[in-house]
Amino acid sequence: MSSGEGSSQPSSKKSRQPKYSRFTQQELPACKPILTPGLVVTTFILVGVIFIPIGLLSLSASERVVEIVDRYDEDCIPSDQEKTAFIQSDKTNKTCVRSLTVPKKMQHPVYIYYQLDNFYQNHRRYVKSRSDKQLRNPENEDLTSPCEPEARIDNKPIVPCGLVAWSLFNDTYGFSVRGMNLSVNKKDIAWDSDKNYKFGSKVYPKNFQQGSLIGGGKLDEKIPLSEQEDLLVWMRTAALPSFRKLYGRIEQDLEANEKITVVIQNNYNAYAFGGKKKLVLSTTTWIGGKNNFLGLGYITIGGLCLFNATTFIVMYLIKPRPCGDPSYLSWNRNPPGN
Amino acid sequence: MKRCVYINDDDLSHDIYCDNRISNRKYTVWNFLPKNLWEQFSRFMNQYFLLIACLQLWSLITPVNPASTWGPLILIFAVSATKEAWDDYNRYLSDKKANEKEVWAVRHGVKKHIQAQDIHVGNMVWLRENDEVPCDLVLIGTSDPQGLCYVETAALDGETDLKTRVIPSACMGIDFDLLHKVKGLIECPEPDKDIRRFDANLRLFPPFLDNDVCPITIKNTLLQSCYLRNTEWACGVAVYTGNETKLGMTRGVPEPKLTAVDAMIDKLTGAIFVFQLVVVMVLGVAGNIWKDTEARKLWYVEYPTKGPWYELLVIPLRFELLCSIMIPISIKVSLDLVKGLYAKFIDWDNKMVDQETSTPAHAANTAISEDLGQVEYILTDKTGTLTENQMIFKRCCISGTFYGNEIGDALKDEDLVNAVATRSPDVIHFLTVMAICNTVVPIQRQNGTILYKAQSQDEEALVHAAAGLHMVFVKKNGNVLDINFNASVIQYEVLDTLEFTSDRKRMSVVVKDCQSGKLFLLSKGADEAILPCASTGQQTRTFSEAVEQYSQLGLRTLCLAWRELEEDEYQEWSLMFKEANSALVDRDWRIAEVCQRLEHHLQILGVAAIEDRLQDGVPETIETLRKAGINFWMLTGDKQNTAIQIALSCNFVSPEPKGQLLLINGKTGDEVRQSLERVLLTMRITSSEPKDVAFVIDGWALEIALKHHHKAFMELALLSKTAICCRVTPSQKAQLVELLKSCEYRTLAIGDGGNDVRMIQQAHIGVGISGREGLQAARAADYSIGKFRFLKRLILVHGRYSYNRTAFLSQYSFYKSLLICFIQIFFSLISGVSGTSLFNSVSLMAYNVFYTSVPVLVNVLDKDLSERTVMQHPQILFYCQAGRLLNPSTFAGWFGRSLFHAIVVFVICIHSYAFEKSEMEELSMVVLSGCIWLQAFVVALETNSFTILQHLAIWGNLVAFYVINWIVSALPSSGMYTIMFRLCRQPSYWITMFLIVVAGMGPVLALKYFRYTYRPSKINILRQAERLGGPILSLGNIEPQSRAFEKEVSPLSISQPKSRSPVYEPLLSDSPNAIRRSFGPGAPFDFFQSQSRLSSSYARNCKDN
Repeated sequence: MSSGEGSSQPSSKKSRQPKYSRFTQQELPACKPILTPGLVVTTFILVGVIFIPIGLLSLSASERVVEIVDRYDEDCIPSDQEKTAFIQSDKTNKTCVRSLTVPKKMQHPVYIYYQLDNFYQNHRRYVKSRSDKQLRNPENEDLTSPCEPEARIDNKPIVPCGLVAWSLFNDTYGFSVRGMNLSVNKKDIAWDSDKNYKFGSKVYPKNFQQGSLIGGGKLDEKIPLSEQEDLLVWMRTAALPSFRKLYGRIEQDLEANEKITVVIQNNYNAYAFGGKKKLVLSTTTWIGGKNNFLGLGYITIGGLCLFNATTFIVMYLIKPRPCGDPSYLSWNRNPPGN
Repeated sequence: MKRCVYINDDDLSHDIYCDNRISNRKYTVWNFLPKNLWEQFSRFMNQYFLLIACLQLWSLITPVNPASTWGPLILIFAVSATKEAWDDYNRYLSDKKANEKEVWAVRHGVKKHIQAQDIHVGNMVWLRENDEVPCDLVLIGTSDPQGLCYVETAALDGETDLKTRVIPSACMGIDFDLLHKVKGLIECPEPDKDIRRFDANLRLFPPFLDNDVCPITIKNTLLQSCYLRNTEWACGVAVYTGNETKLGMTRGVPEPKLTAVDAMIDKLTGAIFVFQLVVVMVLGVAGNIWKDTEARKLWYVEYPTKGPWYELLVIPLRFELLCSIMIPISIKVSLDLVKGLYAKFIDWDNKMVDQETSTPAHAANTAISEDLGQVEYILTDKTGTLTENQMIFKRCCISGTFYGNEIGDALKDEDLVNAVATRSPDVIHFLTVMAICNTVVPIQRQNGTILYKAQSQDEEALVHAAAGLHMVFVKKNGNVLDINFNASVIQYEVLDTLEFTSDRKRMSVVVKDCQSGKLFLLSKGADEAILPCASTGQQTRTFSEAVEQYSQLGLRTLCLAWRELEEDEYQEWSLMFKEANSALVDRDWRIAEVCQRLEHHLQILGVAAIEDRLQDGVPETIETLRKAGINFWMLTGDKQNTAIQIALSCNFVSPEPKGQLLLINGKTGDEVRQSLERVLLTMRITSSEPKDVAFVIDGWALEIALKHHHKAFMELALLSKTAICCRVTPSQKAQLVELLKSCEYRTLAIGDGGNDVRMIQQAHIGVGISGREGLQAARAADYSIGKFRFLKRLILVHGRYSYNRTAFLSQYSFYKSLLICFIQIFFSLISGVSGTSLFNSVSLMAYNVFYTSVPVLVNVLDKDLSERTVMQHPQILFYCQAGRLLNPSTFAGWFGRSLFHAIVVFVICIHSYAFEKSEMEELSMVVLSGCIWLQAFVVALETNSFTILQHLAIWGNLVAFYVINWIVSALPSSGMYTIMFRLCRQPSYWITMFLIVVAGMGPVLALKYFRYTYRPSKINILRQAERLGGPILSLGNIEPQSRAFEKEVSPLSISQPKSRSPVYEPLLSDSPNAIRRSFGPGAPFDFFQSQSRLSSSYARNCKDN
């Protein structure tokens, strides 16, 4: 009796019979690499051989960089005064003169950075406290909601609002060598993308640093944000609590053993939270500033690869192990059923 | 509560009860959204994601744009909801089809064609032969003068035999023309789901006389979804309609099956969740402490001295959100996708297409392919699953002469052909019984051939065989049968049919030879049902020996007998038979008793042996799967001897001395207990020996064992790798599945018939053979295959690959989420534990949903070993069964790897991008690209076989990452405007990337190589061997086994005196338990006999002659 319903089914199924294709049959041609000693040892040797020269290259590039780092926060403050009170006061003279020696010849351009240590520009409360829309377009100056607690003053929007802008770094440096002023080029220290897009050329600072609590630097209200390059640099928040930001460039070579006199206006309060301030003069190479990490890393990893390769070769020689020996299959050793 | 149904009263019952609109829909247009959402959110994972998404709306604590979570979440929900909606729409369509089916019903006294959905309670519905019953009806009339009709209830209870239904006595004799005018009242209970019970009353109104209340039982009903068979027409009154029918009440949504892999993933997710809570707690506390000690000094952060009351919660909640990606939202979608593809691969597989019927394999359940690779027990039906269920008449023994012994086919035995030609009377009688003692209906086809429609395959085989021996059953005209024998037509008139029941185990017909007018009783049945009825003078010894010999060969046997009847005797008996047939109480029993009065002094004609051939490749399949460590249980409705023979011939049990069969039997609780204990003892002793021990139990003993000795039986189940359970009912099959499931085994049930449906639904995996017994099993199953031998491929190839792939995919999903999460945690350690996210919203979302998902999805094409190798070394399945590739320890490996990689990426990035380069957006992209590079290499290292698609996905994804980020970097409005261009111009960026890759992958590669070479797993060895292509391929070769049918069957040691059991087992049987219930011990139908015990040596002698 089932034949009645059974007979109609196969005919309708005929059309469902799958078409042959290598994909549907899971038969796509495949290469099946296996980890043979030869393959693995070759890989390690190859990587080692490639990595060590690159490491050396990076290291030499990094070593070619001439860098002067000068920590001045400790020395630029009278030791007899309370640090925070000193730095917060309007009346004190914060000028500080430092003298730096050029260790090697520094080819222009020499980049001037300020370095802050233990400064959490990546703190969540800080990093979020900005309004990119406001910075871009003067019509958006009321969009200050993400900027709390530096959003408004007397219910008037602050431009640029937020903690990031409010805490703008405001130490200044003047350089002279052999009694002659070194001109510092502060043009084009910010990213082009920031100047051209992120910060509007029609957005002017408003109500900035007018509150009772004054954070960092002030801005010239006549210059649009896009030209306030110090602000632009500052607002590129750093991801690490220790960072350098570009201050300017010296467009002339500095000879070895030259003495550079730096006049620092030590305005910025890094004392309250135990931060450090450093002035950095540095040249660059293809790899950037002075950073031995990559070079050392490459040499170490390359060395480890070679070591690995050697170990595997030695292991292979001492204890050769036939590949795919079926006698290692337990069911071939014992009768089945066990 | 009672329900009163007024027959043919169109006005009364309309509003009280629902109409016959069937609805299987889960949703309506209006409640779809809330109901579906409610269902989706009842899952823990979804609740978690929703909570996270809601928390992200709070801008104070959200690290990223809420869209990064809401986007994928809504997408995922939309996909699931669409799938549900689509399924529901299909259900709606099929309901609509059923609802709009045209039926004949009586409306206002007139027969009309109406739609099925318009049937109301009280309406009279007319059905024709082969119509589906549209709602639950009480029978009022049928075409049969005795008020009988036949229904097939397979859709309801899975039983494929035809059941008789009878009209209530009160309606007996109502004229056909008056039927649609009948008025009356049926009092019936409120709808329930009991399909074996219906207790109601019927009272007809005048003019249909008697005011007596007539009782109605289930025997007087036609239930929804049954089919009317072998009856010209029937009519009945609708009592339950729509979703209130018995079927509608039983209908439930089958529980979704959860695979072991899913359960493991859930467990690991739970562990990750706990880990996440710990991290959140620690970081939250640390963050609060840092805030109070350090952050207040940071004037540029301007922490207020006094925060709101929830201030303490803010930082922990931020970390909760930051760490929420630990549980990847993409894992569910990825898994659903790949599982769908596994199922497609099964559907597409050309090697699993049954060439005979062009039936491809089909995966109805797309979610459980991994479980196929973890199967530990296979419970298989016998008939139609292991065998072809294609009965072929092979041998016979007619009055002491054996035919077909030499060539194995009686039809080709010249002795028999000659005997037919010489019209040897015994042979002619034998053929006559074969041809007409049945309920087969011949149908003349246009091309002149005859198609036999039989209820039982055995009968069909006999009729075909008779036709092959020139006794052709040509035509059936009502009660007159035309037999064409050697070009002369003989006509017989069937006077009565003494039906087959499983109690009687035989059937007989009373026929009149139309030429001579003589009356004959023709019988056929099981030997134990026929031989005792032999006429006193006849020797039955030869026949019982024949039966024994045939059943040793695994053949099904039938004894054929006849007797000439005297006219008077028949007339007298006929009256009694009619009376019994119209009896109201104990009709079955009375009919049986009356039949018994005629079926005596039979002249035994001979024994027919029918072969149910094993399907192709069954022994090899079973052997391979057993090598793979899968245990087999055979659950069959067939009887012991046949089951054991089939088991022997298909490698199910090994012959002596390797194998041993232990028999559990007994009629009473005590006997069963003793037998069970004895078997258990033997099992315990032999469990250490390398011996194939199997136990055999029949349904009766099984019922006692399960009820009273559950514990002992459980222990037996645990000890025994092989079991044969014969004479078991569908529900016992399901019980056994349940038993193994409760022992924490992964079970696969395979069957082909309606009686296997319950077991198939119960098991972890149900496989249906789309075979001859209809498609019910295949419809109910998770997988349907055309032949048993495809099971090997389904498990070893599809199941194993699916498991391997899912194991990798799920762990990898956690790996990549943990990787990015660890980096966030590390970053928070250098950002004042304030919960800053290093990554922007776009990157976070794209990382999980896009960058890391595509390469791993292509992993569905990965094959660690070739199909050929797996087939040759099925033992390798052990790795899947034992869950070696996905368990807490492998997961710990991935966890460690993600921690290591996070450290590598983070340390290298913050050192190479220190000082003047430490810009937030830049560092974020450097770290992100570091992760992407690493994950590309991780996928590459873990991929075993690279097809072009894999290369495309892995390396293409890396390219796509850059392209996408360049595009995003080109958008002035995005936060990372120009970032990617800047980075790509920096040599130090590329140098950093290569350093990350080598530092991250070097140790992983070294470790993997070390393990691969010095601590290789079996999979590794086979891979190496496969690569070398050397001698291994010949080592584990499985030699094809020749069929065991024709070869000498070694004697089995059976721990108990073998009580030979009957051999005639029709396909259509009721549950054997019914036998004992209706007839007590010592009743005239208890034919249990123990005298005929034969030594197998004698059987061999028989064979030689």
